[in-house]
Amino acid sequence: MRDVAVIGIGDTKFGELWDQSFRDIGIQAGLAAVYDANLASEDIDALYVGNMSAGRFIEQEHVAALIADYSGLARDHIPATRIEAAGASGGLAFRQGYLAIASGMHDIVVVGGAEKMTDVGEVAASEIQASAADAQWEATFGATFPALHAMIARRHMFQYGTTREQIASVAVKNHKHGAMNPKAQFQREIDLNTVLRSPPVSEPLNVFDCAPFSDGAAAVVLCAMEKARKYTDKPIKITGSAQASDTLALHARNDICTFEATKVAGVKALKQARHEAKDVQVAEVHDNFTISEVLAIEDLGFVEKGQGGRATADGQTAIGGKVAVNTSGGLKARGDPIGATGLAQIVEVVTQLRGVAGKRQVNGAKVGLAQNVGGTGATVVVHVLEVA
Amino acid sequence: METGIVSYGAYVPRFRITPMEIGNVWGSDGEGMSKGLQIFAKSVPAPDEDVITISTEAARSMMKRCDVDAKEIGALYVGSESHPYAVKPSGTIVAEAIGASANITVADYEFACKAGTAAIQTCMGLVGASMVKYGVAIGADTSQGAPGDPLEYSASAGGGAFLIGSKDLIAIINKTVSYTTDTPDFWRREGQQYPSHGGRFTGEPAYFKHVVSGGKLLLEAVGSKPGEYTHAIFHQPNGKFPQRVAKMLGFTDKQIEVGLLTPQIGNTYSGAVPLGLAAVLDVANPGDRIFAVAYGSGAGSDAFDITVTKGISTYRRDAAPTVKQMMEHKVSLDYATYAKYRGKIRMKEACE
Amino acid sequence: MATARYWRENPSRYNLVASKCGVCGRVFLPPRAVCSNCHRKSIGKMQPLQLKGEGEVFSFTTVYDAPSQFEMLKPYVMAMVKMDEGTMLTSQLIDAEPGEIKIGMRVKATLRKVGEDGEAGVIYYGYKFKPI
Repeated sequence: MRDVAVIGIGDTKFGELWDQSFRDIGIQAGLAAVYDANLASEDIDALYVGNMSAGRFIEQEHVAALIADYSGLARDHIPATRIEAAGASGGLAFRQGYLAIASGMHDIVVVGGAEKMTDVGEVAASEIQASAADAQWEATFGATFPALHAMIARRHMFQYGTTREQIASVAVKNHKHGAMNPKAQFQREIDLNTVLRSPPVSEPLNVFDCAPFSDGAAAVVLCAMEKARKYTDKPIKITGSAQASDTLALHARNDICTFEATKVAGVKALKQARHEAKDVQVAEVHDNFTISEVLAIEDLGFVEKGQGGRATADGQTAIGGKVAVNTSGGLKARGDPIGATGLAQIVEVVTQLRGVAGKRQVNGAKVGLAQNVGGTGATVVVHVLEVA
Repeated sequence: METGIVSYGAYVPRFRITPMEIGNVWGSDGEGMSKGLQIFAKSVPAPDEDVITISTEAARSMMKRCDVDAKEIGALYVGSESHPYAVKPSGTIVAEAIGASANITVADYEFACKAGTAAIQTCMGLVGASMVKYGVAIGADTSQGAPGDPLEYSASAGGGAFLIGSKDLIAIINKTVSYTTDTPDFWRREGQQYPSHGGRFTGEPAYFKHVVSGGKLLLEAVGSKPGEYTHAIFHQPNGKFPQRVAKMLGFTDKQIEVGLLTPQIGNTYSGAVPLGLAAVLDVANPGDRIFAVAYGSGAGSDAFDITVTKGISTYRRDAAPTVKQMMEHKVSLDYATYAKYRGKIRMKEACE
Repeated sequence: MATARYWRENPSRYNLVASKCGVCGRVFLPPRAVCSNCHRKSIGKMQPLQLKGEGEVFSFTTVYDAPSQFEMLKPYVMAMVKMDEGTMLTSQLIDAEPGEIKIGMRVKATLRKVGEDGEAGVIYYGYKFKPI
């Protein structure tokens, strides 16, 4: 297995992009990444596309072929593959691209993720989102995606004494970060009251505890490390890549306050990278709900089990803290176009490691981590990246 | 052979609304209606309840109180005027929900408020003819009254289920007779959401004529006098009619007391006499004699002469809630919530 | 129109028919063909088991933002219920005042309408939980 590096990144703004279609945003991000990598289309060996539900959002399946075609690559007839694992679609696509190069099959691949969520109404978007859970045994009985996470939150409060305010502090921190990110869907700072007083979605989670529905796309170019310096003088090496699965339904888990898949993938990825959790300076984790970030920082080993709420409220995961988590604004403030999120996380980590994150730069960032989750933790993929 | 009741179960939804609350909205004297009808509250089903769920609750309670294997049930009938489907039986779902086998005959019945008792008669016939070992007869309703109509003050929800057999009876049904004519006192055409009625025509030529005639036929057939019965249960569209008809037939207020539920829960239509009978069985003693006459608009009455057996002393009544317990387990609604639950508010049509 | 997709689950939705591993005794609802603990050893050894229907609340939430088919019921309570036989289910918790719901409270399953395919479609029934 040979080393793989990220040599180009690109993304659209995330938000309600009324004027742009799915193919518009897909190509925009892809072309930006290819441009960033100084690549010609003939150099691209394959395309991987992460997307959760284009079939239901825009009645379009077969989206990898679509993106390849509209990127102008149809005449090159490259292999184009769509990967789906609900919210982890982007991260899984990234891993597939990594494996393709690491195995020696390809030299340069483009990996993108895109989702166009606002072409359906909010009620429909919620229902589609719920298909990430167990459609037959959770959603059918009335469990919305927020409801499942709300039950995790309530149990976490019961098991560990975590408070409502501590959970809400995740959103406050991420909005603060997002305010420094020109591509973020929300760029305004908020305080605890904003979160606590926002309308209830599924108690105890309110509107501000939940990532928005968004349109957006993000893409990266991956290259065999041995060829990377031909394209960039700041290649970012993928030093760890791991993926894990777990039961689809939350009720089938042993402990609903731990995502075992995060633990397994996190340990494996860090081990491969020859690092421990404490070596990570910057991390993008899957905060589709505030409670999800609480679990993520515990399960990745940044803080002890049960302490995630306290640690966040104490500022340990803000820029300048023990580990800077979600400097992009996270899913909450940057936005969460489902299939794109996993790639957007990589784009942020690479930006940080390249030292070009501007106002939200984490000083001396050398080791970065991205954790991308599908469903209520049924799929988790973790990547560790470092300056080469 | 003897046929009768092996076990029974009942269910009353927990929401209630008062006539005062209804009267306030429609500019009527709710208090006056309440006094006139002798109805002080009526039961309201939750949006996720219907005749099928009510029948299932009652039937499951019925099964819990006895040791009969559901696989031995050979027939099941659900009588109602508010079946969830116009075509597709409620009975098949109830049958599966109580674990019956596929070796069963099922049909839904409709005869206004006496569909449940018609089911009891059918099961008696099937058992008596040795065509089935056990039959289940259920009367349940989630009846509706048009907004502002007098029927809105009384139309309520509830149901009772009876396991009919020939052995281990807690009550023997000694005799049943019916009195049926074509009398259009109350009806609902296919496709209409609310029923219509003939106003005062529903009284003397309808309810009273059929209940009295059916009652007299039964007394004659059995050769008994009203005084011999411990309990009497009459169909109860309001709290007043059963008191009047009892007097007309020679029964006292005391005899009808236990089985008269309408004042607290409204008229449960096909569930009315079944629930009244369940309430009586909840407190009955061995040897008690029960006189029951159900009435269904359209019109007809089914009358039953029942004797409670010694078996009731070892019967597991406590394995399921009694009618009294369910009547006391209640939550009051305002008219807006009631209207929402009963589908009386015009919702937006779905657009894909 | 998902008629068959729900119909074939009726034994589990109406009567909580689960499967029990003949090797380790773990109980699963929905029924599984393979025990997640015993794997290959359990193939052919999974037995149907009807749950008693009682359990305790493991976690719960009140849902305010509901899918279209639950418009009439919202806000409604969702709960994860740990059944006495060991398996955990997710469904609505009914007949309870918001203040009285607590983690650990005992509940039992009952049959309720779970959904329908619109006003002209099939009605789906299934388990919901109410306090014992």
